[in-house]
Amino acid sequence: MRKCSLKDLNALFGKISESATLYIPVDLENGKAVYKKYSDGMKMSDALKTERSAKDFFFPQIETLMEFKTEGKNIEIIDTRTETEDFVVFGVRGCDAKSLEVLDKVFLAEPVDSYYQNRREHGVIVSFACSRPSETCFCQTFGIDPSEPAGDIVCYKTDSEIIFDAKTEKGKALMSKLDAVTENGGEEQVEKQKAEIKAVMDKLPLKDLKADAFGADKTNEYFDRPEWAALSESCIGCGTCTFVCPTCQCYDIKDYKTNKGVQRFRCWDSCMYSDFTLMAHGNSRNSQKERFRQRFMHKLVYFPTNNDGMFSCVGCGRCIAKCPISMNIVKVMKTLGGKENE
Amino acid sequence: MQKVTRETLIEKAIALIAEEKVNRVLGWKAGEFSYDVTPAVFNDAESLKKDFVFTDFCGANFSKYLVKETKKDGKVLVFLKPCDTYSFNQLLTEHRFDREKVYVVGIPCDGMIDENAIKAKVGDGIISVTADGDKIKVETLYDGVKTLDKAEVLSERCANCKSKKHVAYDELIGEDGEVADSNRFDQVEMLEKMTPDERFAFWQEQLSRCIRCNACRNVCPACTCEKCVFDNPNSGVENKAAADSFEEKMFHIIRAFHVAGRCTDCGECSRVCPQHIPLHLLNRKFIKDINTFYGDYQAGEEVGSRAPLVNYTKEDIEPVDAVKKGDE
Amino acid sequence: MQVNGYKPKIVAFCCNWCSYAGADLAGSNRLSYPAEVKVIRVPCSCRVNPMFILRAFQRGADGVILCGCHPGDCHYTSGNYYTRRRMALLFSMLDYLGIERDRTRVEWVSAAEGAKFAATMNEFAEKVASLGENKRLEDLRCKK
Repeated sequence: MRKCSLKDLNALFGKISESATLYIPVDLENGKAVYKKYSDGMKMSDALKTERSAKDFFFPQIETLMEFKTEGKNIEIIDTRTETEDFVVFGVRGCDAKSLEVLDKVFLAEPVDSYYQNRREHGVIVSFACSRPSETCFCQTFGIDPSEPAGDIVCYKTDSEIIFDAKTEKGKALMSKLDAVTENGGEEQVEKQKAEIKAVMDKLPLKDLKADAFGADKTNEYFDRPEWAALSESCIGCGTCTFVCPTCQCYDIKDYKTNKGVQRFRCWDSCMYSDFTLMAHGNSRNSQKERFRQRFMHKLVYFPTNNDGMFSCVGCGRCIAKCPISMNIVKVMKTLGGKENE
Repeated sequence: MQKVTRETLIEKAIALIAEEKVNRVLGWKAGEFSYDVTPAVFNDAESLKKDFVFTDFCGANFSKYLVKETKKDGKVLVFLKPCDTYSFNQLLTEHRFDREKVYVVGIPCDGMIDENAIKAKVGDGIISVTADGDKIKVETLYDGVKTLDKAEVLSERCANCKSKKHVAYDELIGEDGEVADSNRFDQVEMLEKMTPDERFAFWQEQLSRCIRCNACRNVCPACTCEKCVFDNPNSGVENKAAADSFEEKMFHIIRAFHVAGRCTDCGECSRVCPQHIPLHLLNRKFIKDINTFYGDYQAGEEVGSRAPLVNYTKEDIEPVDAVKKGDE
Repeated sequence: MQVNGYKPKIVAFCCNWCSYAGADLAGSNRLSYPAEVKVIRVPCSCRVNPMFILRAFQRGADGVILCGCHPGDCHYTSGNYYTRRRMALLFSMLDYLGIERDRTRVEWVSAAEGAKFAATMNEFAEKVASLGENKRLEDLRCKK
């Protein structure tokens, strides 16, 4: 393990920026944290979570796939890819780090999504253990240990230092470039912090939430449950939950007619929208109840069915904090989830 | 002002159901935490006693739900705060629901709390929030119990409350309040005083955070189109994400413009914005301009009033002069 | 019309009954106005909603002008009175967002005012030219 004093953090950031684009969480004026491209002197946020997840770096809300230019009868196809530069995302929490494994299942399965794959190959995840989880956190429900997050390099922040534990080849390669600004040590503090995190996790209000009742091949058990009607009753059909979610991965591909050709782009879509999966014959889900059910069934049943039992929720709690009417996956699980959650 | 309690409201609801004046109740259901109450429909006394809550976090404006609720059989009881009643009237003016199918109980309101304001003060890890007169007690995971003034964590719209008077009700709990003398246009004026470059930079920064979740539109009691132009694949402007900063601006200008003259300034748009964009500043600019150009007008104050954009006088201000008004 | 070699693109929405005829008269009287002014005929100035104006900018206009009958002379009695309110609010909002106020304009031009039409277009084009290219309400995709 290597460590770096908080005082020298900017030197470390500077060093990383020499070889790759660095993104760090920073505080906005309104106190909320967002990822920004690092520039000299920027201060890293202490916030637990960024407003939007690290998903944006690998699967951005909108991206141009290709362009077409027409001249007479000729159509020229232009490959617009630029996602081949190395970048580092600093300060990713355990939930968001895990969400990339969920996205990998979708985008790296055959046929591989080369746009996503390019970014995954060129991106280094520097994750952080959570010493002060929020009341909305429930990552342990999905088997995530916030004291040992996934990521290429795992960090532990103490009052005076950051301790780095490189886990993968990519992480070790980055770490080796930082020898001048880091030194050996930190094992003791890491063990101490891990124990502290475990103690805090036992105090979280959602610590007893269990996902055991859900999982693969339970479609018939949940699909027609009468509770869906009341759960979805006040849903306003906005896309907030899906857009702040680190694992939601539905998208739409569209063409935009520019003045001289066509731009083909993809953008996030939301199962809460009335035109989600709209087809020539109409819409397969006509009521908000059906759309609402789709989202939670996908996370808790369909995704595990297709991916060896892996849930597509990581318990980051963003939907709890953001939903305009405060409906969320925790309430859904508690309502439908049987004895374990009573 | 009399503080209404959960018990008073439950008692009232149960009585009205028993008298067969209403068939169901639109109310707030308790959540996992103090602040995550969800609008819900209650059908009987039992469910009311079990789950109904009324706290300082019951900010949601129920008026728009009536469009859907009144399509069902029977009559619905709705509890409306003063500001909600303006939206209620506006929807009635636009014939969006059947008045006969609603029973309105007006409830007094001394301001709702913004949980984000609490988080900004005490940080993450809020276990519970309890009201104690003008103070609130916040129990946290990491720093024990903290006491805050309620006034400093009020949501923006409540800190600048425009009216504590109910403009529509069948029955009132407590005494009615007065139209307030608010400072709600201060921020608009502050922006007007900036240079165009500063204003452009301000809005560019704010609107660039938009994720096009449409929460502002979907929650808005004035946005009740069956199909929004931004959802219509044939409109040429339909988009699920802003591909260019132009699209952010277009969406927000059109959203605010479409409710201009009909917006009651209930503030739901800003409350629900997951990116904390001060959307009410767009709506309030229109309200302020309408007041300046065409005389004071409060949407929803009376049922049936003619909205400023479907009205005119022969002496109206010319657009070229209108843009200069902000300079004064 | 150009300033430092730059010719602005201008969209002029003209109502069928007055302003479009005014433009016609300007033409038959051989009064010149910039060729960069593209006239779009609308049944009434009131047909133009804010989206028309914004989309003109999106598609590359540097200035948008809306012409209708003089107040009181609307073919449909009151259409232009609504236009006047709508555009007063829209232009004020654009100004509030920091968009140059001289890029938009409403002018009342009757069928007899060919000279006014030409003069208005000349003057407007000159103003827009002095502002330069529209950067604040542009859609970069359309400039590729």
